[in-house]
Amino acid sequence: MNAPDKPILRIDKLTVDFLSEGDPVRAVDDVSFDVCPGETLVILGESGSGKSVSTGTVMGLIDCPPGDIVSGSLVFDGTDLSGLDDEGRRELNGRRIAMIFQDPLAYLNPVYTVGRQIAEVFESHGEGEGGAVRDKVVRLLERVGIPEADERIDYYPHQFSGGQRQRVMIAMAIALKPDILIADEPTTALDVSVQAQILELLRDLQRETGMALIMITHDLEVAAAMADRIIVMNGGKVVESGKAEDVFTNPSHAYTRRLMSAVPHADAPKVPRNAAPGEVLLQVAHLSKHYKLGSGPFSPKREFRAVDDVSFTLRRGETVGIVGESGSGKSSIARMLLRLNEPTSGAALFAGEDIFKFKGRALDGFRRRVQMVFQDPFGSMNPRMNVRSIISEPWAIHRDILPRERWNERVVELLELVGLKADHAERHPHQFSGGQRQRIAIARALASEPELIVCDEAVSALDVSIQMQVIELLADLRQRLGLSYVFITHDLPIVRQFADRILVMQRGRIVEEGETEALFVSPQHEYTKTLLRAVPQPKWLRSDPAPIAGQGISGKV
Amino acid sequence: MMLGYIGRRAYHSVISVIGLLTLVFFLTRLTGDPSALYLPLDSSLEARQAFARLNGLDQPIYVQFFQYLQNLMSLDFGQSLRQNRSAIEVALEAFPATLKLALVAMTLATVLAIVVGALAAARPGSLFDRVAGLVSLAGASTPDFWIAIVGILVFAVGLGMLPTSGTGTALHWIMPIVVLMLRPFGLLVQVVRGTMISALASPFIKTAHAKGMKRRKIIFGHALRNSLLPVITVAGDLATGLINGAVVVETIFGWPGIGKLMIDSIIQRDFAVVQSTILVTAIAIFIVNIAIDLLYAVLDPRIRY
Amino acid sequence: MTDLALPSVRSPGALRQLAIYLTRDKLALCAAVFLLVLIVCVLVGPLFVGELAGKLGLRQRNLPPFALEHGFIYILGADTLGRPILARLIVGAQNTLGIAAAAVFCSMALGGILGLAAGYSERWYSHVILRLADVVMSFPSLLLALIVLYTLGPSMTNLVIVLAITRMPIFIRTARAEVLELRERMFVSAARSMGASTGRILFRHIAPLVLPTLVTIAAIDFATVILAESSLSFLGLGIQPPDFTWGAMVANGRGYLKTAWWIAFWPGLAILLTTLSLNILASWARTVADPLQRWRLQSLRKASR
Repeated sequence: MNAPDKPILRIDKLTVDFLSEGDPVRAVDDVSFDVCPGETLVILGESGSGKSVSTGTVMGLIDCPPGDIVSGSLVFDGTDLSGLDDEGRRELNGRRIAMIFQDPLAYLNPVYTVGRQIAEVFESHGEGEGGAVRDKVVRLLERVGIPEADERIDYYPHQFSGGQRQRVMIAMAIALKPDILIADEPTTALDVSVQAQILELLRDLQRETGMALIMITHDLEVAAAMADRIIVMNGGKVVESGKAEDVFTNPSHAYTRRLMSAVPHADAPKVPRNAAPGEVLLQVAHLSKHYKLGSGPFSPKREFRAVDDVSFTLRRGETVGIVGESGSGKSSIARMLLRLNEPTSGAALFAGEDIFKFKGRALDGFRRRVQMVFQDPFGSMNPRMNVRSIISEPWAIHRDILPRERWNERVVELLELVGLKADHAERHPHQFSGGQRQRIAIARALASEPELIVCDEAVSALDVSIQMQVIELLADLRQRLGLSYVFITHDLPIVRQFADRILVMQRGRIVEEGETEALFVSPQHEYTKTLLRAVPQPKWLRSDPAPIAGQGISGKV
Repeated sequence: MMLGYIGRRAYHSVISVIGLLTLVFFLTRLTGDPSALYLPLDSSLEARQAFARLNGLDQPIYVQFFQYLQNLMSLDFGQSLRQNRSAIEVALEAFPATLKLALVAMTLATVLAIVVGALAAARPGSLFDRVAGLVSLAGASTPDFWIAIVGILVFAVGLGMLPTSGTGTALHWIMPIVVLMLRPFGLLVQVVRGTMISALASPFIKTAHAKGMKRRKIIFGHALRNSLLPVITVAGDLATGLINGAVVVETIFGWPGIGKLMIDSIIQRDFAVVQSTILVTAIAIFIVNIAIDLLYAVLDPRIRY
Repeated sequence: MTDLALPSVRSPGALRQLAIYLTRDKLALCAAVFLLVLIVCVLVGPLFVGELAGKLGLRQRNLPPFALEHGFIYILGADTLGRPILARLIVGAQNTLGIAAAAVFCSMALGGILGLAAGYSERWYSHVILRLADVVMSFPSLLLALIVLYTLGPSMTNLVIVLAITRMPIFIRTARAEVLELRERMFVSAARSMGASTGRILFRHIAPLVLPTLVTIAAIDFATVILAESSLSFLGLGIQPPDFTWGAMVANGRGYLKTAWWIAFWPGLAILLTTLSLNILASWARTVADPLQRWRLQSLRKASR
């Protein structure tokens, strides 16, 4: 093992291009960093910032579209990596440098058992074969926290949960005790509570083996929780680097400052709220959605309760946040409120009338007054239609909203209302960034002059610096147009500034309901506490490895 | 679960086959009176009527149909007018010749295609890849009747190396098999190459590289194994299509199989034999489909029926 | 960075870009040129050689190819009645390609509509459509076509109908699979939540996205249909004299293999070259459409060091 503080990996002035028709696209531009044994280096950046490419070159994993290392050196433990042939690279990969990826389901071969795939690491490096390896694999699986490892070793990847699959990937990566583990967005696809456990596991393993950890993430909280040192990348360049605490508490580059300010925290200025909510707009009572499972003649009938006896009230001008992890039933509620799915039982009164009883003309009328903004703005727009047709679609459906000759004028008004330009109307959705697309989706929702907008994970797919802008837009519209929102998200902190009241959902039920501030300051239900606690703590603030309970969320960022 | 699945498949297939037999029954009855073919031209009206009565052809068509269904239930498939014996016997007799031909051709085509396709995908853009690509496209594009004729022209008429028709020796097998396997081989190489290339670009191949596995093992252990799944599906469809080729090949090379029997029976209005060959072929195709599904379940652990 | 707008797929330079990709693949370029020449021949050829194709010539009977003393039109030889083969190839091309185009278009249009219905609706007719597709698919298409053609009588219209029906299941299934996926897409939910009617969703939102896939399949299927039509005509159940296609020309020449091989050889070669060109172009189009492979057709310029 190397002496401390002597870097095990040093990357110097690395520049990587992706070749394409015409001029090459620069993915990584003059990037330098190093990492020492036992240290965690976080590479922080938004999508497309070149953070994954720079580590991909370390493993020799970029090939398609053809990548081209223009200049720079990659030195690992005295060896120049760019000079290695395939065999030399193969010897290093898996034995001394290992990697885990964002989406373990895709990164595991679906047709082989996990045991076999882990054993391949040993076999590829001549560390034994067959039965002898099996014991080692079982011990590895136990180490990463897979229960009943000696049985589940023969399971296939699809038989594990998302978090467990990532554990399997980790087991594979640490099998030969590598000097460096590269983790590329390892927790992005996971729920927050599972994310906390995986991060904990990585920290423990690093303490045990003294390996260097390079962690790639777009998530500021994850970065803060893991980093000793941090580099911030933007547009293929390193814009800032230094000790984690310094970068977080005193960001010097404009991009980093913008990034940090986008994270919602307790003392941030509140977005404007309606002082006095009006009469009751939406009243949901005992809403349930059950799915029948197992339809075969031999399997017992079971029932999955996606939504179980949910009741809440929304007043005019008010915003209710529905928070829960994936599978908690929050999206099912949204789909039922918009009559995309029918409920099993229960009622929802919109301005005094039951939504589920609407038919024909009454349903059409209702669909003008309630609109939805979806998680994935790209998916929620027909890729063949231009922005003008997208926004004017409600008028094409409901002919009486607006006479055709006023459409163009109104499209421009709406585009300007959501902060876009008039000449954007002729473009197609793929020509916009994620944040712009969501603005178009909001403009479309506003086109039919609704009273209620249901936002289903409306900002979750966006980069952090964009999330806040969209929320500010929504809050501004609430003020100007007197809108009400049902705001559904898995991300607790995001609703803190925005929602008046919050419902916390778990397994189809509402486990806690309360005024936003009260819920954040003194959560009552155990699950709410877990959610709040699961938000990672900055590493420099933790005195011991166990998570510190009860502290506010990322308050010191 | 498995048995239930096969049961469901069988149920669907039975419906398909009954639909097909019904369609064929009425279509064949439209082609005209077989007595014109089977009796001398100058035979008397009485003789014709007697022939029709004997074969149940004097009844209204729906009566004939119900009679046919009833007989089907008691496994009576009717009499061949041409050979004057049980039609199903005639069909079953011709079946093994086709089966042998199809089996050899399909096995050779699949194995060769997997090897060629995998090697081509391993080095895309290489000389081997380009040659394999052109050859396989040509194989898929060649009209089988024409290549059979050219084969006869060159190897039988010109060089005198191979016999023109018949089933006697091993030499008799060469041309029919080569002609029959050409199209499935060509199509399968394309499929194998395509699925291999996308398999090699899939994330779990990255993982394998990150593990430090040997390239050969990655290509044949991980990529090929995963790309076999779509290949099997296509191979199954092609096995059904192989009967098309068999009709042509058997006609040209005088191979006494089910394809030749079918053509002869259609042209000679031997209804019972046409229906029996259809039944036999449909059952064979059903068995192939079930086998493909089972193989799929073995190869892909995510699939449970 | 986040405001980076991707270039539009439909920018005016897209066609030029395709042309550039085409010149990078010499084989595809040859195929495209061949098909272009063929189309020109089909469109204007019969005007010039239409009469020659039917002109009997005693002096040219069984004239071998590459003999120029009777004029360029006899370059490929003449048939047993002394008609120039080149002229007959050009006239035959019109029938061959015309029948295939009509059949493919019918099966795409009908199959597409049935597939849309079967995919979007869960009513009884969607099951009926699928079962019917199964029946047609589960049985060798050539046999089915033979039976139907023998019954209805071989004619150009019947040929088109039969070919269209045998190829329809693939369009039904593809369209249905696409619709099943598309109707779960968010923009369909969005349209429904805005109150769009079923017709609007199907024809404004779903159909435009299914169409490109169907057109792609139609292009690939074109080659298959040419081969199927040729086989039927070769077996004598396709087009009937005095009309003829390439397949019928091969059948005519089959009896004269030993004395005049060229009568059967050239039309078969024409079929092969046409279907091969179509398949080469289809394979090239797949490469262009696949982001993993497109770069092979691009000129990759490295940055100067």
